[in-house]
Amino acid sequence: MARMKFLCDADRCIDCNACVTACKNENEVPWGINRRRVVTINDGKPGERSVSMACMHCTDAPCAAVCPVTCIYPTEDGIVLHSKDLCIGCGYCFYACPFGAPQYPRAGNFGSRGKMDKCTYCAGGGGAEASGSAEEFEKYGSNRFGEGKLPLCAEMCSTKSLLAGDGDIIAQIYKERVLKRGYGSGAWGWMTAYHEGIEV
Amino acid sequence: MIVMTFLAQIRLVTCAMMLLGIVASSPAIAQKLGPDGAPNPTASVTSERTLLQQVPRVEGRIDIPDTKAAVLIQPAGRTWDYFHEVLLHWGGAIVILGMIVVLGAAYLIMGRLRVTAGRSGQKIVRFKAFERFAHWLTAVSFVILGVTGLNITFGKILLLPIVGPDAFSDISQVAKYVHNFTSFSFVAGLVFIIAIFFKDNIPEKVDLDWIKQGGGFIKNKHAPAGRFNPGEKLVYWLSLAAGVTVSISGFLLLFPFFETNIAEMQLAQVVHAVVAVLFIALILGHIYIGTLGMEGAFEAMGTGEVDLNWAKEHHDLWVARELASEGRQGRPSATPAE
Repeated sequence: MARMKFLCDADRCIDCNACVTACKNENEVPWGINRRRVVTINDGKPGERSVSMACMHCTDAPCAAVCPVTCIYPTEDGIVLHSKDLCIGCGYCFYACPFGAPQYPRAGNFGSRGKMDKCTYCAGGGGAEASGSAEEFEKYGSNRFGEGKLPLCAEMCSTKSLLAGDGDIIAQIYKERVLKRGYGSGAWGWMTAYHEGIEV
Repeated sequence: MIVMTFLAQIRLVTCAMMLLGIVASSPAIAQKLGPDGAPNPTASVTSERTLLQQVPRVEGRIDIPDTKAAVLIQPAGRTWDYFHEVLLHWGGAIVILGMIVVLGAAYLIMGRLRVTAGRSGQKIVRFKAFERFAHWLTAVSFVILGVTGLNITFGKILLLPIVGPDAFSDISQVAKYVHNFTSFSFVAGLVFIIAIFFKDNIPEKVDLDWIKQGGGFIKNKHAPAGRFNPGEKLVYWLSLAAGVTVSISGFLLLFPFFETNIAEMQLAQVVHAVVAVLFIALILGHIYIGTLGMEGAFEAMGTGEVDLNWAKEHHDLWVARELASEGRQGRPSATPAE
C-alpha cells in the first residue's frame, strides 16, 4: 500500500496561493479557516523561499497521539483523518501539531473552539458518513481520494512545486529535480513529519 | 594586559573555527552548482535543515490575515506530544497512585489518630460559616476540576474502553465545559481562602517546637500549635502556590493566543498538568488527615465546631487564646458563637 505524502519544492513555489484558493473552493472550507497556506521565509532577502504547507499527514502523528478522545487516526494510506462527531474541540492537537494544521471554527475563548478542521488530503472524513456522501462533504469537504484522485492543491499547482502522492515516487521526482538543476532547499517538513529527509 | 591577550586569543580561535566551519560546509554548496556553470542561484538558498538548526521554529511572512499561521514548522509539537503521552501518563500515575499507597500504608501502620483524652462533650467553634463556605466552594470545585482534568489525560486509557468512543466523547465534551467554567468558582474560593486564613498561616516561632516534637505523630510528646500547625501551614502555602499557578496557566489556556503564542501555550499546558498532578497528591493527603486519618478533625469543616479535648490536643495555644478572649467577653466557652 502506498504511503501518501505532500512535498513542497520551495525552489519552484512562486507564492501564487492558488493551492490555498483551490483547497478552500474544493472543500468549501469555513470562513476563517485555511487548511493550506503559503509562508515566505526570508521575505525580500537573498535566498527567499516560499513554502506551501498544510497537514503533512505525519508518521506517528502527534495530533493523533495526544487527542484525549482518540478521534484522529491514520488510514492505511498514511492519511491522517479525524471524526468531527467525536472531537471535543480541546485544542490539544493544535498544541502538538508541528505544522499548525488543526484549526477551529470559533474564536475559542472559554474553550468554545468548535470541532477541529484540517486538511483531509481531499479524502473525506474519518467519521461514520458514507464515503462520497453529501453529509461527508458538508462536514469534511471533498473526497477526491475515494474517486482515485489526488488532492486538488497539488494537482493544480502551476509550477508543480507542490507534489502529492506515493511518498517514494514524489521523493524520487524531487531528487531528480535537485540533481538536474543542481540545488534544492530540502523537502520542507519531512524530517519533522516523516522522520526522514530526502538525501540527494 | 594578560587578560586582554587571553581574550584576543579566544577570539582568534573562535574566528578560526568559524572559518573552518565555512570551509567544511562549502563542498556541499559547491555540489549544488548548475551543471551548465551558470551563476550559482543557490549561493544564498534558504535550506530547511540549516534553518531548523538555527531556530526552534521556522517562521515567515504570510499573505492571509491569520498571522499566527506564519509559523511554518515547530518541531516542539513532537516534544510536547512526548511529554503528554509518556512523561505525564507515567509521572501522573506514579505520583497519584503513590500518594494513595502512602496514605494506605499510613492508615495501616498508624491507624486513626484518636482523641487521647476522649471526647469532653464540650464544643468550641473552629471555623465560622463563611470560612466553611470558602473551604467547600474551593473543595467542591477542586474535585470537579480534578476529575474532569484527569479525564483529559487518563480518560482514554481508563474510561474509553468501558463506555465506548461515542459515550466517552459526549462525557468528555461536557467535562471540558464543566472544567472551564468551574475554574471561576475555584478561583473565587481560592481568593477567599488566601484572604481569610492568611494571618493565621504566617510561620511562627512555636512552629519549630511543633516540628521538634514530631508534629504530634510521636506518642507521649506534645506538639504545641496555634490556630494552624506547621503541617496545615504547609498545606496552605503549597495550595496557595499551586492554586495560583494552575489558575494563571489555566486561564492562559482558556484564551488561546491572548498574550501567548503556540510555544507558550505548550509551556502553560505542561505547567498546568504538572502542578495539577502534584496538587491532587497534596490534597489527597489533606483529605486523608481531615477524614479517615484523625478522629474529630472533620467536624471542624463539617459543623464548624470541634470537641474541646481535640482542640486542646492539637491546637493548645489557639484554644487558650480563644478561651481567654471569650472569658473577657464574659461568654461561656461551651456556647457556639453563631
